[in-house]
Amino acid sequence: MTQIVGVDVGGTFTDLVLFDAFEASVKIAKVLSTPENQAFGVMKALESAEATMKPIDTVIHGTTVTTNALLERKISRVGLITTQGFRDVLELGRRTRPKPYGMTGSFECIIPRELRLEVRERIDCDGEIVETLNEADVRQAVEQLLKSGVEAVIIHFLHSYKNDLHERMAEEIVQDLWPNRFITRGSALVSEYREYERGTTAAINAAIQPVLNHYIERLQQNLKEEGYSKDLLVMQGNGGTVSSNIVSKDAVKTVMSGPASGVMAAAYTASQSGFNRVVTYDMGGTSCDVGLIVNGIPQVTSELEIEYAMPIHVPMVDVHTIGAGGGSLSWVNEAGLLQVGPESAGAQPGPICYGRGGSKPTITDANLVLGRLNPATLLSVDNPVSIETVRNHLIEQVGVMLGLKDAEETASAIVRVANMNMAGALRLVSLARGYDPRDFTLFAFGGAGPLHAVALARELGIPKVLVPMRPGITNAVGCVVADVRHDYVNSINMPLAQADMDQVYEIFSTQILAGKKIIETEGVEIDELFFIHDVDMQFQGQTHILNFPVKETRVTQESLQSEFEKAYWNRFGVELPEILAVLVNLHTAVIGRRKPVPLKSLMSAEEQKNKIEECIIGNRRVWFETGWENTSIYKREKFPGQAKFNGPAIIEQLDTTIIVEPNNQVEVDLNGNLIISL
Amino acid sequence: MTNLDPITLTVIQSGLQQVCNEMDLSFVRSAFSPVISEALDRSDGIYAKEDGELISQGELGLPVFVGTMQFGTRCVIERAKDLHPGDVFIVNDPYLGGTHLMDVRFVKPFFYEGELFAWLANTGHWPDTGGAVPGGFSANATEVEQEGLRLPPVKLYKAGVMDEEILSIVLSNIRIADQRIGDIKAQAAALTVGEKRFTELIDRYGSDTVEGSIKELKKRSALQMRTKIKQIPDGLYHGEGFVDSDGVVNEPLRIEMKIRKEGTELYFDMSGSSPPCLGPMNSVIATTKSSVYLAIKHIFPEVPINAGTFEPLHIKDPEGTFLYAKYPRPVSGCAAEVSQRIAEAVFGALVKAIPDQLFAAPAGTSGNLCIGGFDPKRDRNYVMYVISGGGYGGNSSSDGLSNGCSTIGISKTTPVEVMEQYYPVLFEEYSLHEGSGGAGKQRGGFGVNYKIKLRRGNAKVSMVMDHGRFGPQGVLGGKDGGVNRVRIERHGETYIPPHLSKDQNVIVKEGDTIRVSTPGGGGYENPFLRNPELVKHDVQRGYYTTQQVKENFGVVLNFKGEIDEKATQKLRNEQ
Repeated sequence: MTQIVGVDVGGTFTDLVLFDAFEASVKIAKVLSTPENQAFGVMKALESAEATMKPIDTVIHGTTVTTNALLERKISRVGLITTQGFRDVLELGRRTRPKPYGMTGSFECIIPRELRLEVRERIDCDGEIVETLNEADVRQAVEQLLKSGVEAVIIHFLHSYKNDLHERMAEEIVQDLWPNRFITRGSALVSEYREYERGTTAAINAAIQPVLNHYIERLQQNLKEEGYSKDLLVMQGNGGTVSSNIVSKDAVKTVMSGPASGVMAAAYTASQSGFNRVVTYDMGGTSCDVGLIVNGIPQVTSELEIEYAMPIHVPMVDVHTIGAGGGSLSWVNEAGLLQVGPESAGAQPGPICYGRGGSKPTITDANLVLGRLNPATLLSVDNPVSIETVRNHLIEQVGVMLGLKDAEETASAIVRVANMNMAGALRLVSLARGYDPRDFTLFAFGGAGPLHAVALARELGIPKVLVPMRPGITNAVGCVVADVRHDYVNSINMPLAQADMDQVYEIFSTQILAGKKIIETEGVEIDELFFIHDVDMQFQGQTHILNFPVKETRVTQESLQSEFEKAYWNRFGVELPEILAVLVNLHTAVIGRRKPVPLKSLMSAEEQKNKIEECIIGNRRVWFETGWENTSIYKREKFPGQAKFNGPAIIEQLDTTIIVEPNNQVEVDLNGNLIISL
Repeated sequence: MTNLDPITLTVIQSGLQQVCNEMDLSFVRSAFSPVISEALDRSDGIYAKEDGELISQGELGLPVFVGTMQFGTRCVIERAKDLHPGDVFIVNDPYLGGTHLMDVRFVKPFFYEGELFAWLANTGHWPDTGGAVPGGFSANATEVEQEGLRLPPVKLYKAGVMDEEILSIVLSNIRIADQRIGDIKAQAAALTVGEKRFTELIDRYGSDTVEGSIKELKKRSALQMRTKIKQIPDGLYHGEGFVDSDGVVNEPLRIEMKIRKEGTELYFDMSGSSPPCLGPMNSVIATTKSSVYLAIKHIFPEVPINAGTFEPLHIKDPEGTFLYAKYPRPVSGCAAEVSQRIAEAVFGALVKAIPDQLFAAPAGTSGNLCIGGFDPKRDRNYVMYVISGGGYGGNSSSDGLSNGCSTIGISKTTPVEVMEQYYPVLFEEYSLHEGSGGAGKQRGGFGVNYKIKLRRGNAKVSMVMDHGRFGPQGVLGGKDGGVNRVRIERHGETYIPPHLSKDQNVIVKEGDTIRVSTPGGGGYENPFLRNPELVKHDVQRGYYTTQQVKENFGVVLNFKGEIDEKATQKLRNEQ
């Protein structure tokens, strides 16, 4: 390997990081994203990093093309062929409403009703054929869909996870009448029961396939014109990468790949520094994303809902979004209580201090008034606003109503409430997944994450906070360090005592084999190949399942029983010897670890000083919960290779500001990360 | 009280909310009853030590419980003697601040530093509590004893130890008893979680501050609710709601809702409603009041729930009506059906006052259908529950949602693929109930059709639904939504229940089918004002036929499906 490039397209910026293994150097670029065609931004970033194509071995790309297409409904026209009597499953959903209270809301199915066609066929829950597929119906449906101008087709039959014969037969007919690349079989993508979730996942896949395909082809072309024709890898939502040549087939797997690469970078960076239980906390302008890393591996879920009634049931890094960001608005409600978020000023008009016309107080404005942010280095300022203006807005819109005496007191109230809300949400996220945040390290990134991280850690009893060397380009780093990963699942769904353990072994082995095979065909250079198995179990009669890892491919009933009981006790504090345990699903992730990347090279030696005292660039009054302190301001870029110092401190760097509270200790570790101990 | 600044108040408010949310989470993840774990038919909260007044309740609790749990807790407090840490009362008596028998409440005294500080309580819907019909929804019970086992408040746990004797009485009187031990432990463990977290909260902020904040927060919520009420013009507003029949006597029951708005207060008078009924469509007072609360919460969702929220809502006891049922009136339909009709009467009254913030009536039935029988292939008895959604009413800015959840619920339906795995049935259809959305400028959402075929053995079908006779009301000139229909094809004959969507123990055999079409939502404002393009679109999607839109929306489409502008104009002018 000589050079490897990670390039991540975000909502505002396209970030690029180029590692040169030979010279142990790194290049970084940050350019504005180009939503109309993200490829422009990517090429611009390469140009800005002064990259030459020849020595580059691999380009790994994180894109929001599919996520945006889906959320903005700029999707392809898709047709559905489904079991007679069930074409409305995708429109009806599972009888929900957007919020527990309020009897309004709307939902638009991504496949219009007139493009959802039915054919005669029926398979039952045991996989037995009740009614043979009527092939003439399929042919007629294809012709009708072709006439309506669809770009992609999904075939979605009941119980196809049990027996996919009819789906395969129908697929052949479709291929025959209309050879094209955009045919999605429901059970090929998700082989699990639940017709709405499986069908919706398939429908989303089909709706974004052509979009992704078009984009990737264009980008490949652009790269080729610049002289790069080696493989382009694309990030997926499970935190792994996949070759661009096959990425469109399972396009849905690229949704949410942005947040996933952030968590991947966190997992990699934190393990290099010796932390393998980590809560990731990425706070941006409108929201923050929270993920969990256990034993160095990001937690994965198959039950994500990307928006109301839009479930995507393929494995994805379990990232939970909380409605609190730098732009979150604060106001006083009718009860006279201070509220912060989830309403946000967004990027437009943004916080008051950004000078884009925002006039409502946000978390960022409060941080500014408290001396936690430096007005002189605030990014994104178009028309500078005086700090007096910000203070006045805070007093007038919030302070007066709460009977607070000045802007500082008002701002501190906003920050305290915001921290409390975020800490509460973070706590629930970890608890819901069965973990106690006190056993974790908080990994803070994103523009605003390091501003609040220490306060959240204090609230949650988290002992240490890790701030990586380059918090603002974490996702791009994630692209570079991501593994090649493929996930498999098969259902057993029977009491453990009756389960055939040879069959369990068989399934695990087959899943490993399938993963190995596909990684071979992708041809990506792999340092180490390994797999992770985990199982879903429940007590008979329950509907929720408990997931826990198993170490071996060959497992016994006794070991599963005791592991399950232990996991259940840890989670709920309940023992149930009266009830049978059921083995539900067997999961395998096959992971190819790529060659390690020297994170240390992210540090630039240019400005580096020998002593930490020399990194102090000034001081100012800063508010902490314990009171105001005259606080030293450090410049991160100047930090020596290793250092230790005590809070309070404000550490400023190009893309973020880090707050260190009084009594915290800061250590710069070998990889350039800051480890803040509370 | 030194520390009671507004920030501390906000912090304690969300702290209390966290305690409840964590109880909710623990309960739902470890429960066995799918009604709790999937349908989320449960609620957890903190209640005042003196009178059980609501302090805080989990945000994801079932809406119908917003007001009932404080009444239930009060009834326990009045009877409780000799309290110790670790005691847990079990109670499901509907007349003691409850709903129907299936909603089993656990109530636990919470001690801080040895002193009673508050009460923690939760409710969970058990799949069965005995009685004439599996599942408890007997459509023609005439006294509560036929509906199941009724428990007064008794200590199931004494100082942390389960009383095996009481447990054995409970388990001997209910169906599928072997799994209930799992629910009982989950329900009690959730309260233990709450105890732990609440203790941590008080440890951190001090008991004086927490106690003071609770009092202050109650005042603040009342203030917030009053600010909302203030925007309603003073006056008297009438609404009404109809229950098809009580399941025994085939006559409609009427809810008369008179709402008087005066300053910052709302006065609810339902005393003109029908007298108590013979069948199970009576409502106990706790459920009647809670239905009004939940209707208001649907209108002003941002007001947090605590006792203060209800302070400006004055509900006169509807003595002598079916909304104030007393022992031994049967009540199984109150939480699932009558409650929703009460809410609709509130919506129907207030839409006249603040039309922009309201909506036409939603489908408003839980759609409870239960099939119980024996599966010869698997050699076992089974009880299968189906719930269904329906259309929501149109509102000032959008059409109603299709297949929305019941007004009082937040539960999802079970997938067809899961039901077919567990029970000897085959679904032949799960589709949109065409034509059911009530016509309006903003139309109602659509209901659902489903058809179940029995594959093996014999079974009995029971159901308690509603809106079979009267569709959900349209408002401000909008039309009513489509009605609920049940049609059973058995032994080659069609059977339509005499009470339309209520019946009990209808015997079906292998090959017989049950088809249900659920109601659509009511329309909002005159349908002749609906944009013809949207009407055309509705026809394109197959929501309505050309004939239907001509009659109901005054839009004429030609054979190509295009709008005939002239004919449409003419028809609309004639109206």
